[in-house]
Amino acid sequence: MSALVGVRVIELAHERIAFAGKLLGDMGADVVVVEPPGGSPMRSHEPFVDDLPDRERSLTWWHYNTSKRSIVLDWRCPEGLEALRVLLARADILIEAEDPGVLVQNGLDDAALTGALPRLVHVSMTPFGPTGERRHELATDLTILAGSGPAWNCGYDDHRLPPIRGGGGHGYAIGCHYAAMSALTALLHRERGGRGQRVDVSMHAAANVTTEMASYDWLVQKRTVQRQTGRHATEKRSMPSQVRCADGRYVNTGVPPRTPQEFGRLLAWLRELDLEQELPEAVFLQMGMERDRIDLSKIGTDDEVTAIFAAGREALVLIASRVSAQQFFLGAQRAGLPAGVIYSPEEAFEDPHFVARGMQVEVEQPQLGRKVRYPGPPYAFGKSRWMISHPAPALGQHTEEVLAEAGIDVARVRASGAFGRS
Amino acid sequence: MERRRALEDIRVCDFTGQLAGAGATKWLAAFGADVIRIEDPVNQGAWDILRMAPPFVDERRGPDFGCGFNNHNTGKRGITLNLRTARGKDLLAAIVERSDVVAENFAAGVLDRLGFGYEALRRIRPDIVYVSNCGFGHVGPYAKFKTWGPIVQAVSGLTFMSGLPDMEPAGWGFSYMDHTGGFYMAMAVLLALIHRERTGEGQWVDMACCDVGLTLNGPAILDYTVNGRPMRRQGQPNGNRSDWPGMAPHGIYRAAGEDEWVAIACRNDADWAACVSVFDQAWARESRWATLAGRLDGQDEIDARLNEWCGTREKFEVQRLFQAAHVPAAAVQKPEERIEHDPATAEFGLWPTVRHSKIGTVRVDGLPVRFSETPWSIERGGPCVGEHTEEVLTGLLGLTVEEVATLRKEGVV
Repeated sequence: MSALVGVRVIELAHERIAFAGKLLGDMGADVVVVEPPGGSPMRSHEPFVDDLPDRERSLTWWHYNTSKRSIVLDWRCPEGLEALRVLLARADILIEAEDPGVLVQNGLDDAALTGALPRLVHVSMTPFGPTGERRHELATDLTILAGSGPAWNCGYDDHRLPPIRGGGGHGYAIGCHYAAMSALTALLHRERGGRGQRVDVSMHAAANVTTEMASYDWLVQKRTVQRQTGRHATEKRSMPSQVRCADGRYVNTGVPPRTPQEFGRLLAWLRELDLEQELPEAVFLQMGMERDRIDLSKIGTDDEVTAIFAAGREALVLIASRVSAQQFFLGAQRAGLPAGVIYSPEEAFEDPHFVARGMQVEVEQPQLGRKVRYPGPPYAFGKSRWMISHPAPALGQHTEEVLAEAGIDVARVRASGAFGRS
Repeated sequence: MERRRALEDIRVCDFTGQLAGAGATKWLAAFGADVIRIEDPVNQGAWDILRMAPPFVDERRGPDFGCGFNNHNTGKRGITLNLRTARGKDLLAAIVERSDVVAENFAAGVLDRLGFGYEALRRIRPDIVYVSNCGFGHVGPYAKFKTWGPIVQAVSGLTFMSGLPDMEPAGWGFSYMDHTGGFYMAMAVLLALIHRERTGEGQWVDMACCDVGLTLNGPAILDYTVNGRPMRRQGQPNGNRSDWPGMAPHGIYRAAGEDEWVAIACRNDADWAACVSVFDQAWARESRWATLAGRLDGQDEIDARLNEWCGTREKFEVQRLFQAAHVPAAAVQKPEERIEHDPATAEFGLWPTVRHSKIGTVRVDGLPVRFSETPWSIERGGPCVGEHTEEVLTGLLGLTVEEVATLRKEGVV
């Protein structure tokens, strides 16, 4: 049985919160996404199946709305609001990302939600929180990541180039991860005898504490990190760790060898590839094998340590220039050296390791009449099953079913126009 | 109204380290869970390399002074147990018996070799929740491979997604996947506890940070599996632009000053009309820019204009002008700006000060959430090596102070 079977979640459709609903739905919760007449604006997000724009063909919608049911309900009109109140009275969790004040203006203040519904966990995610002077500033994924720290960390050695936003909607993802952690924490509290509650998640605050040392280097020592190509932003420039391989693709070499064993295995790999003669610095690898572990703090001051450490890196660069990125990754790891091939998403998806771990799951896609491969589970539970219980719903696919389950007079709501005018 | 802490009465036997594991139990501790870190007395907890790593508040060094460790381990207790000894193993078993959760992010198989794999844990406590978190997971061809944050990001497709078109990847500039691995580890613990609450069953959750990273590329993977279109193609990744959804102009532009930047996202034609009024320049009024298709076609030209326009203005002024016109914009903030001068982080109490037994008072990352009934609290710094050994062994296991002293002499703790 999935962990959240029987947990009822109402999600007010919004591009910012959709991922949190998926996280709960794929763990078994009954997530009902409430869309406005005409559908969630997220249905207009590219890419589309065969590049044909259509509200049932958005792959962004498909991905972020698995394991949900869709109802159409205009909760900004009285009958729609009344129906939503009935659904909320039966719900365990409400997740939403409306701008500050929107729910209150529409009759859903705290008194009507967690006040009147003591079992309800209400998770409200907003760009800057519901209060405070910045609460009405507009935000997108890009502006969140720019304003809150991650973009400052990320870019190239050449600072004439701008800081870079890591692509893929991570400003929203960070917020949704915190929203889901919050929903689960509050739900567990309630399941153990507590009452429901309201939780506010600030996306800006969330990304601010998702910057690793950029924040605590400042908090502790008032140091400002600087972005660098393909490696950690640091106050003082560090050695490159990204190398171009013979096939034009890149690898991350991690930290070059430091221990005698690592130098030994690197030298053996160099010999296996018959490259030792081409590396004048190979003699330093031999020295690395015969002395204590490299003390990183001595690099730059102790000539011998500096030369040995640099030789390790030179050897890796030489090997990379002669083999493919894939060969480098496997060769380095088999030599016990941490390294990673820089895969594109589809290359990662097809890699035999991920395939063996069940990271490709097939979902029957009614719009296409065939199965489509989706990314699989982020965690493997021994008992609580992760699964895509059904593909992203068609607009309003479950309106009648969901309203009828709640004992709502569907005909009356339809007559009011709360489903939209067809 | 009576308040209590959301995770009071939950005890976590914690072997986590670095950020990918310690971040998860930090969340649990902030909501009141009793998180007990188990560390090795022989190497003074050095398995967690952050114990000895910068930053430091002053010239003092050693396993109790690394402030990254302090940042990720607030509110936890710390004990030492020598698991090479039979007595150490007995004591661990007694702690497991009194715990709800065992959490670890060792390399695959380490805890099993110590005699505390899931089957062993389950014999000690049948409903135990065991969450393991390692780079490539416990099964699969790469289970023995080594990782750290940047390698997880490389292999899972995330590094590739961060860069400018046809250039080498820029990557993330920090261990984004250590944070995110911690998020999923916390979710795994909470989900498994909810499962236990409802069924009485415990379980093992095997987590791999690389799996998590892969799942964060959903739309790109569907574009590949449905449309057959790979992300590795000319013009990709698209850096600071936005194809999904299509927006233009959309980017990070040079502002006045040294290495100063501002992000602007023009979501639609109405935003563009507002942008035009902000620029108040003839080029912007050309009709070819009035539609998204026209702006996407001419992005390079618009971006050049924007770099020129923003380049003579202070970044917060650009942010203010666009926000006043209802267009999303944000200065690229440096750590000092967002930590010391941003009302939106101050208002959330995002940088609490903790008291650490040796370091003294120091600020740390808080949590970006507000709970109306059961707020989080972060007051105590990370534990020194073995700081709570006596407290835990006497308070939790009922040993006497003399017995603990003997264990100390015998090198068990």
